[in-house]
Amino acid sequence: MYVAVKGGEQAILNTHKMISEARRGDPAIAELTLTQISEQLRLAVDRVMAEGSVYDRELAALALKQAQGDAMEAIFLLRAYRTTLPRIAMSEPVDTSRMTIRRRISATFKDVPGGQVLGPTYDYTHRLLDFELAAEGLERVRATSAAEPLEENVPRVVDLLHHEGVLQEDNDDGNDEVFDLTRQPMSFPAGRDQRLQSLARADEGFLLGLAYSTTRGYGFNHPFVGELRLGEVTVEIVPEELGFPIAIADVTVTECQMINSFQGTAEQPPQFTRGYGLTFGHNEGKAMSMSLVDRSLRARELGEDVRHPAQNEEFVLSHADNVEGNGLITHYKLPHYVDFQAELQLVRQLRAEYEAARAVQTKEAAE
Amino acid sequence: MMNSRTEVHAKPAAIAQRSDWLGVLSRSVPGELKALAADLVSDVAFERLRAPSVGLVMVRGRAGGTGNVFNLGEMTVTRASVQLTDGTVGHGYVQGRDKQQAELTAIVDALLQQPKRHDEIKSKIIEPLRQNAEARRIENSRKAASTKVDFFTMVRGENVA
Repeated sequence: MYVAVKGGEQAILNTHKMISEARRGDPAIAELTLTQISEQLRLAVDRVMAEGSVYDRELAALALKQAQGDAMEAIFLLRAYRTTLPRIAMSEPVDTSRMTIRRRISATFKDVPGGQVLGPTYDYTHRLLDFELAAEGLERVRATSAAEPLEENVPRVVDLLHHEGVLQEDNDDGNDEVFDLTRQPMSFPAGRDQRLQSLARADEGFLLGLAYSTTRGYGFNHPFVGELRLGEVTVEIVPEELGFPIAIADVTVTECQMINSFQGTAEQPPQFTRGYGLTFGHNEGKAMSMSLVDRSLRARELGEDVRHPAQNEEFVLSHADNVEGNGLITHYKLPHYVDFQAELQLVRQLRAEYEAARAVQTKEAAE
Repeated sequence: MMNSRTEVHAKPAAIAQRSDWLGVLSRSVPGELKALAADLVSDVAFERLRAPSVGLVMVRGRAGGTGNVFNLGEMTVTRASVQLTDGTVGHGYVQGRDKQQAELTAIVDALLQQPKRHDEIKSKIIEPLRQNAEARRIENSRKAASTKVDFFTMVRGENVA
């Protein structure tokens, strides 16, 4: 077997060259720059940052370029890169109520304080291919500016409902031991901190499928988007040499507050329950799916029957990470010559025994 | 724990001021800081206490925005520390991987702590950066505001005269 691996060396070197050529494409066409990718393929970059779990637009753009646009490969590259960097600090929790809003909508209240701000969304486009974009060198439509900016702090919709008691509150229980998937292995039962971290970097497609399943009878929830907001939040750290907080960055995040009905139990009065979605970048579908799956994974905590895949945290969290899933599935391509030879021998032997047994049976039946 | 003794015992007002200018420097656009600071710091002698290096900060959020803390994901951050010839220590933390910007931030932080340079550096670097950032924020917010739905302008068909 070692002989075969050695013989593959030149072939592997050549495949690297072949992929480099394929990545470059026609040399007569201008090569993509990282700024072109990060400026013009923003949502692809945002997805790679969210699931790669590293906020760095330039690195995400590089990963996308290297992976020829394959999001999953780019996410893998970013996750691998982060292992080479030291951890400097843990931030203070970001305050999304102080977000600089670019988009903010509520499906539960029309006249919500701060207003419905549609922002940059495809929601109201016709999904018709725009052939004007195929033409180069045209000046594109620019955004309009209103006379006045939005209010500086737009209140969160869910916070407006708290005083009535009809919505379950999310309170800080003061536990400062926060689960960290980058340093601790997945464990069950999982706390909500572990679940939210896992969901924030989970595969968007997998979460979308699970979220869809909860609304189609596999874990019934009637969801309302209490609020969806997109914008920039300030990241603060307390450097140990300073001992006081400083703002180090403004990062783009998408937040979804999903409101779900809850019948109540003997101990708890009926009230709405909540699911939460928060992702790096503009990742609306991901944030919505995350909030639905967060809510369905709260089944145990809310005393609901755990009957469906989206309610089963071990099933969801163990299979949500596309770097892990991709790693296992793609490893089947690697040489399994010895394993297969062993299985082949076994199957041949079993078949021989089967044939022999059948021959005896046929003979006995004939007699 | 460089210089920690002096900083821990610094007055709250001084801490708030320093936190404010560090926040402005950290979040500045790299090109802007370089353009504003290049001439002012070109002849400043300093020693590297911590060469600029890239690392990660784990960004945290709260469940539901108000609940328990969870780890959202990491971001790249570059930090640097310098000491001026009079012993003043400056620290720089910036988003991303721009080592020059991190060291420039540390030098400017140190200069701002020197009473004789404070006002000049503040007016020539910090205030312009703050104004630029605020202008960008307002411009972006005005664009967002143009997409705000004004339900009151809708006219129902049956009411049209």
